[in-house]
Amino acid sequence: MVDQVMTTPGTTGERVREYLASGKRFDDRELLEFRKIIIEKGISNKAEGAVRVKVGATEVLVGVKMDVGTPYPDSADKGNLTVTAELLPLSSPRFEAGPPKFPAIELGRVIDRYIRESKFIQMDKLCIKEGEKVWNVYIDIYSINDDGNLLDAAGIGAVAALKIAKMPTYDEEKGKVDSKHLTTKGLPLEKDMPVTLTIHKVGKNFLVDPTREEEDLCDSRVTFGIRDGSISSLQKGESSAIDFEVMKEVIDKAAKVAVELEKQIEKALK
Amino acid sequence: MTERRISIPGEIIAEGEDYLPGEWTEKREGKIYALKYGLIEESNKLIKIIPVSGTYSPRRGNVVIGKVENVTFNGWVIDIGAPDNAFLTVMEVPKYVNKDALEEVLDIGDMLVAKIWAINKRGIDLSLKAKGLGKIEEGLIFEINPNKVPRVIGKEGSMINLIKENTDCDITVGQNGRILIEGDSTEGELKAKKAILHIVEKSYVEGLTEEMENWFKSQGGLAPKRDVPKDLAEDEE
Amino acid sequence: MAKKSENFERIDGRKLDELRPIKAKVGVIPNADGSAMYQSGDTIAIAAVYGPKKMHPQHQQDPAKGVLRCSYNMMTFSVNDRIKPGTSRRSTEISKITEWALEPVLMLDKFPGQVIDIFIHIIQADAGTRCAGINAASMALAHAGVPMKNLVCSVSVGKLDKTLVVDLTKAEEDFEEGEGPTDIPISMTPDGKITHLQLDGKIGTEQMKEVLDLGKKAIEKIYEIQKKALKEAFN
Repeated sequence: MVDQVMTTPGTTGERVREYLASGKRFDDRELLEFRKIIIEKGISNKAEGAVRVKVGATEVLVGVKMDVGTPYPDSADKGNLTVTAELLPLSSPRFEAGPPKFPAIELGRVIDRYIRESKFIQMDKLCIKEGEKVWNVYIDIYSINDDGNLLDAAGIGAVAALKIAKMPTYDEEKGKVDSKHLTTKGLPLEKDMPVTLTIHKVGKNFLVDPTREEEDLCDSRVTFGIRDGSISSLQKGESSAIDFEVMKEVIDKAAKVAVELEKQIEKALK
Repeated sequence: MTERRISIPGEIIAEGEDYLPGEWTEKREGKIYALKYGLIEESNKLIKIIPVSGTYSPRRGNVVIGKVENVTFNGWVIDIGAPDNAFLTVMEVPKYVNKDALEEVLDIGDMLVAKIWAINKRGIDLSLKAKGLGKIEEGLIFEINPNKVPRVIGKEGSMINLIKENTDCDITVGQNGRILIEGDSTEGELKAKKAILHIVEKSYVEGLTEEMENWFKSQGGLAPKRDVPKDLAEDEE
Repeated sequence: MAKKSENFERIDGRKLDELRPIKAKVGVIPNADGSAMYQSGDTIAIAAVYGPKKMHPQHQQDPAKGVLRCSYNMMTFSVNDRIKPGTSRRSTEISKITEWALEPVLMLDKFPGQVIDIFIHIIQADAGTRCAGINAASMALAHAGVPMKNLVCSVSVGKLDKTLVVDLTKAEEDFEEGEGPTDIPISMTPDGKITHLQLDGKIGTEQMKEVLDLGKKAIEKIYEIQKKALKEAFN
C-alpha cells in the first residue's frame, strides 16, 4: 500500500542523529527533557473523571468510567480494571479506521500493566461484596493529535483522570449505579503517583518524549512504570537489540527522568 | 497594515455586473460567490481567492521534492504529496541507467528534486533533466502547507534569498510544500527551517520582509561549520 | 412563534426559540488538513478532515467523482452510562446521515478517484450530537480548503407536548407530558437548502411548517458563529 504520508526522510534522519550526537535536538530541548505538559481537567461532565493531556503538540483524552459487576474468580475481593486505547484516524494521517491494530492494542496493554502493577488503585477497597459485587474501573484513552510519544501522554492522562475521578452513587438495595450523581469521594488511590516514561534509542543516543519526526528514527525503546522509586512495569519495544551494559544506563536515566517528570505532572495538575 | 478580507464558501464577495469571477469564485446573477476559504484578492475588477489551505495541485513546470515509492521495469513511481502519484521514466534521467538495476540509481525511500514536465490522464510525468534536479544525498527535508510556498519564496525570490544569505544555506523550495535545506552547519540549517516556519506562521502580515529582517537580527550570528564525526558511519549493528 | 402554551417554561429557562450558548473554534487538530470543535450547551463535538487524497483501496475509487467518507462516533465517557468502544448501529447510521447532509455542498466531480475523510467524535453528549457533529464537520471542511458551495448548519427543533422549542437538551428529549417529545434535527445551507431532515415523534403538518421556519432562523445564528470561528483563525 502506498504510504501517502511522508515519514522522516533518511537525509533528515542523518541530521537528527548528528545533532543528537552533540546533545541537541531540533526544538532545542535536552535529550532527557519532556516538552511542556498541559493537563485540562473535567473535559466531559459525564465521566467520573476525564482529562485532556497535551505534551507539546501531542494530545490525548482519557476518561474514567465505573460500574458494578462480578469479580474474577481468582480475585474475588478486588475490583476490576479495563484499559482500552484507540488511535483515532482523526489524530494522524497514519492511522486507519477499523478495529484496533497492534499499536493501539500495545498502548492499551502497556498502560494497563503500568496502572495495574503500580498498585496505584487500591483494588481491595473496590470490593462491595466479596465474590459477588465489585466496582469495575474503565480507563479509555483516545489520541487526538499525534506528534510523537502518545504512550507517555496516555500514561499521564490515565493517572490524572484517576486522581480527579469521583465515585458514582450506588444504591445497594436496587443494585443500581448512578453516574449522573457522583459522590464527592475520590477513588481509593495510593498517595504516591506512578509515572510512566519511555526511553527511546536513536543510534547511540537516548532520548525521551520524541516528536513524531524523532519517533520515526528510534530503533528501540523501553517503557518504564515507576512508583515511589521502584520499577513496577517494564516493556521493551521495537526490533533492535540493546546491549547489556547499555540497558543499565537506560535504567539509570529512567530513574532520573521519573523524578523530574513527576514534578512536571504535579505542577500541571494544579 | 491593510487587512485582506477572508472568504467563506458560499458568501457573496462582490456585487456588480462588471466584476469578473477569478479562481475559486463563481458568478451568478451579477454576484460573485466564494467557493473556498481563503483571502480575497481583487485587481481590475477580477476577483479571486488565494487559498490558505488545501492539498497541493500539481502544475506543469513545478519543481517538486518527491520520494521513491516503487521501482518498475522502466522507471520509478514517485510520491509528491499530490492525490496522484508521479512517474519518472528512465528516459528522463540525464545519466546512464542500467536497465536491469534501476535501484542503483534511485531506490525505494530515496528523495529527489524533480520537475513536472507533463500532466495528463495517465498521471504526472517527472523529469530530472535540468540544473539543480536529481537525487538528494543529504540535507534537512521538511514539509509546510503548499499554499504558503509563494510567501516563502517571495517576490522574485526576495524572501528565500534573504534566508539563504542569513543562514549560509542552499534552499530548494518544492511547489508541493516540501523544502530541502543544505548548509555547512546544522545550526545554520535549523535557523533556516525556523525562519521558514516563522514565515508560514506570519504569512498574512504585510511587510513580511521587514519582519524577517528583524527576526534574523534577533537570532544572532551564524554557528561554526559542521565537523562530521568519523564514527557516524558505523552507527548500527 | 408557538401560539399554544406561551407560558411553557423550559427546564433551563431559555426562550422557546433560544439556542444554547455556542462555542466554536477551528484548527484544533494540527495534523488534520482541517479541523474544528463545536459546542452547544453541554454537547461537544470535534471533527477532522483529511483530503482530498487518493482513495484506497483502489476498487473503491469512483472514476467519475470523489467519494465522501464520514465516520461519527461517541467517546465512551461522553454519556453517563459508558458506551462500549467501537461502532454501533446508531453511529453507523449517523455517519451516513452526516455524509448526506454535507455532500450537496461539495463539488466531488472535481476529485475523481479521490476521497475526503471526515472523522467526528463526541466528547460530551447532551442531545443534539449529530447536529453538533455536522456543524463541526462543515467548519472543518472549509478550514481544510475543500471547495464548497456553502457551509452547512444543523440544529434540532423539538416539540414538547404541543410547544415548539429550538435546540433540545437531553432532559427535554426525555420529556413525558402530553404528547411527549418530538425531535426534529435539521441541516440546511444558510440560503435555505435542506440537506438533512429527520423526525421522531408526532406532529401535525401545519406545525411542521413552523418547525422549518424556526429551524431556518436558528440556522442563521449558527452560520454567523461558524463564520466568526473561521475568520478568527487568522488572528
